[in-house]
Amino acid sequence: MNTPDLVKLIFGRLSLEAIPYHEPILIATFAMVAIGGIAVLTLITRAKLWGYLWSEWFTSIDHKKIGIMYMVLGIVMLLRGFADALMMRAQQAIAFNGNPGFLPPHHYDQIFTAHGVIMIFFVAMPLVTGLMNYVVPLQIGARDVAFPFLNNFSFWMTVSGAMLVMASLFVGEFARTGWLAYPPLSGLVQSPDVGVDYYIWALQVAGVGTTLSGINLIATIVKMRAPGMTMMKMPVFTWTSLCTNVLIVAAFPVLTAVLVLLSLDRYIGTNFFTNDFGGNPMMYVNLIWIWGHPEVYILILPLFGAFSEIVPTYSRKRLFGYASMVYATVVITVLSYLVWLHHFFTMGSGASVNSFFGITTMIISIPTGAKIFNWLFTMYRGRIKFDVPMLWTVGFMVTFVIGGMTGVMLAVPPADFLLHNSLFLIAHFHNVIIGGVVFGVFAAINYWFPKAFGYRLDPFWGKCSFWFWFVGFYVAFMPLYVLGFMGVTRRMNHFEDPSLQIWFQIAAVGAGLIALGIGSFLMQLFVSWKRRDALRDVTGDPWGGRTLEWSTSSPPPVYNFAFTPVVHDLDAWSQMKDHHAERRTEGYLPIHMPSNTGAGIIIAGFAFVLGFAMIWHMFLVAGLAFVGLLVTAIGHTFNYKRDYYIPADVVERTETARTEELAAHV
Amino acid sequence: MSDMHASSTASAAGQKLQFWMKEDHHPANGTLLGFWIYLMSDCLIFACLFATYGVLGRSYAGGPSGADLFELPLVAINTTMLLLSSITYGFAVLEMQKNQKGTMMAWLIITGLFGAAFLGIELYEFAHLIHEGAGPQRSAFLSSFFTLVGTHGLHVTFGIIWLVTLLFQVGKHGLTPANKRRIMCLSMFWHFLDVVWIGVFTFVYLMGVLQ
Repeated sequence: MNTPDLVKLIFGRLSLEAIPYHEPILIATFAMVAIGGIAVLTLITRAKLWGYLWSEWFTSIDHKKIGIMYMVLGIVMLLRGFADALMMRAQQAIAFNGNPGFLPPHHYDQIFTAHGVIMIFFVAMPLVTGLMNYVVPLQIGARDVAFPFLNNFSFWMTVSGAMLVMASLFVGEFARTGWLAYPPLSGLVQSPDVGVDYYIWALQVAGVGTTLSGINLIATIVKMRAPGMTMMKMPVFTWTSLCTNVLIVAAFPVLTAVLVLLSLDRYIGTNFFTNDFGGNPMMYVNLIWIWGHPEVYILILPLFGAFSEIVPTYSRKRLFGYASMVYATVVITVLSYLVWLHHFFTMGSGASVNSFFGITTMIISIPTGAKIFNWLFTMYRGRIKFDVPMLWTVGFMVTFVIGGMTGVMLAVPPADFLLHNSLFLIAHFHNVIIGGVVFGVFAAINYWFPKAFGYRLDPFWGKCSFWFWFVGFYVAFMPLYVLGFMGVTRRMNHFEDPSLQIWFQIAAVGAGLIALGIGSFLMQLFVSWKRRDALRDVTGDPWGGRTLEWSTSSPPPVYNFAFTPVVHDLDAWSQMKDHHAERRTEGYLPIHMPSNTGAGIIIAGFAFVLGFAMIWHMFLVAGLAFVGLLVTAIGHTFNYKRDYYIPADVVERTETARTEELAAHV
Repeated sequence: MSDMHASSTASAAGQKLQFWMKEDHHPANGTLLGFWIYLMSDCLIFACLFATYGVLGRSYAGGPSGADLFELPLVAINTTMLLLSSITYGFAVLEMQKNQKGTMMAWLIITGLFGAAFLGIELYEFAHLIHEGAGPQRSAFLSSFFTLVGTHGLHVTFGIIWLVTLLFQVGKHGLTPANKRRIMCLSMFWHFLDVVWIGVFTFVYLMGVLQ
């Protein structure tokens, strides 16, 4: 074999040309990331934290630590996704009257694609999965999830996917196709470069993690509930998590399959979605939305659950209409599979098909409306305390109803023919995703943070964050509704009509306000950490909670519960408090726990190398990475010693310390 | 004695409610359930591939159709191999339940050989089709055919890798509860692939030849 062949086998199409050194924005970003990264790495090395991070976090199979790592990933990626948003708003605010703006189309198209992909897959998904991971086992009185190793592995696969997207910023480029990469645009003829391959492999690698974590949480909720907790005594958050994970397991395989088909078109020249040889691009559009529509419910349902925990807690009342809440969740779960076609009414399915999907879409607003009324009736005559989580919740209720109503407008096919692909649609889905998912995540973070870290979040900066986000959202997106009505389409790099500019300038101001909201949140984290002694929660129950996670200490011990709780009623912890149930303080037994393992991070590392090598056609490296992945996975199955016992006296010491602390703070 | 007092108290109705368990709580093993759910997710991947075949299966693009290409006798032998492997896997599980490690492993080896024979015939068929100019690039019909059948074949390949791994593990550690659980999981996987193949055989080959 001569040298050029060997180089091609090892490096594929990767060369120094792939580094975008001619793009000053990317070079500056790279410099910032590099300096920041080196600073963080140096600090960790200086503080000799690597061993600690490896043994206590990276290899940890504790659902609480994995949950926190998911949240960290989501917040870090939020900064990246939001930077993209700011650039788009800035570009559209200035690119008028012949001014090309600062982003050439080639770069701008990558930014809106990356923004969508990152916000959905690497911000919203990790945040939601992190919340479920942290809270669900505690709410059902379990000591961990059903498959703790799988949980760690799922997390690292999500990280590997996120790293692939980040790598595309500095090596090569990202897709220029929009976040769902419709063919034929995403096919080999229109997009011959690596962008779409980055898209495919990032989503495939992360998708494996998401599917496995879905399976894991279903098995956890079905099999590991505390004795007495029948299905209709599960907390609503656990219910919505169950439905979410059912959706994940039933939707993500479709994404995997459709992306495999697209990769086959791109890698070996099959004709699934091509324009010739019998290919049919509409197959792709149908399949990706059969995943894509349930996906939006995957994002929102857990937060419906979080609101259902927050509203009763801060209203000092039982949740109004528990059973109807559960049924509404299940109905939404089922209906979410019957609406996908409303994403492409204009693509020629005919009046009957469009009518069917228009009607099913409108029907979804019924169970959703039932939920809103349940929350309102829970608040009615409650003793409401407007702590930060409650502010986010009320902000959500107002904003989400508006977004829901514009959604029903879009569900009417004739109206959709006017609004399709316009900025009205952009305003609509940001209205429900920011107003629902983002507000919900911040509500949930403020609500459960003291459980995870043992101190509350600073309310002042929390309120700043809320008001900046809340006002910023309306300033940023109401103009887009107006523009959408005027017929302005999405994904435009520059505009000819100067009368539109003012609306884009207002929207840019809104984005700036949201930036202050994110800044306030980071400030809130920092200030709370500084003031952690003043904000300390020793009771484990800072808000007067109603469900089992508040019955243990903050933060909970590794084993969550020294004694498994027995459930007699909904709101088990509330009932325990009503009955003045005293903690058991003797008769401790050794506790059986799973041991940490590095297999998850190693396998996910190989998956990253495999993805990167496939993107650049480095087939030799890809083959080696695949073998490495397989060998590590098989090697892991030869490890039969996966558990250990926490001795009874260690449990006793931990619990006695808590007893003393509780007694000191009555 | 104090256990009762510490963890319970009088309820309104006067009876004592226990709020914490004294003994250890052992949730029922969720592995089989989890594996079932995984299989259903895998089943959805096959469902997508079947649906794709359903849509594109007659888009010949002027190329050969199923009736031109498929050789039913070969596929019949192939199907027989896979069905026999399922039966022998069943025998292996029966031996496992009798704790007969040696015979169990023998049946597993036979299962693996049948699986390998299935794969060999499938690869021969693929090579033959590609040689005739009916490769996956020729038409959307052939793209979806190769992908559906090939994905099944890939699953069988991983099943065989898993089976060999299990043979080593059973050989080393014997029929421990952990190994029995793994044998049951692979059993579900193997039979699942069998069921998927029945679908492939019916919808792709039999109905393809009828057209």
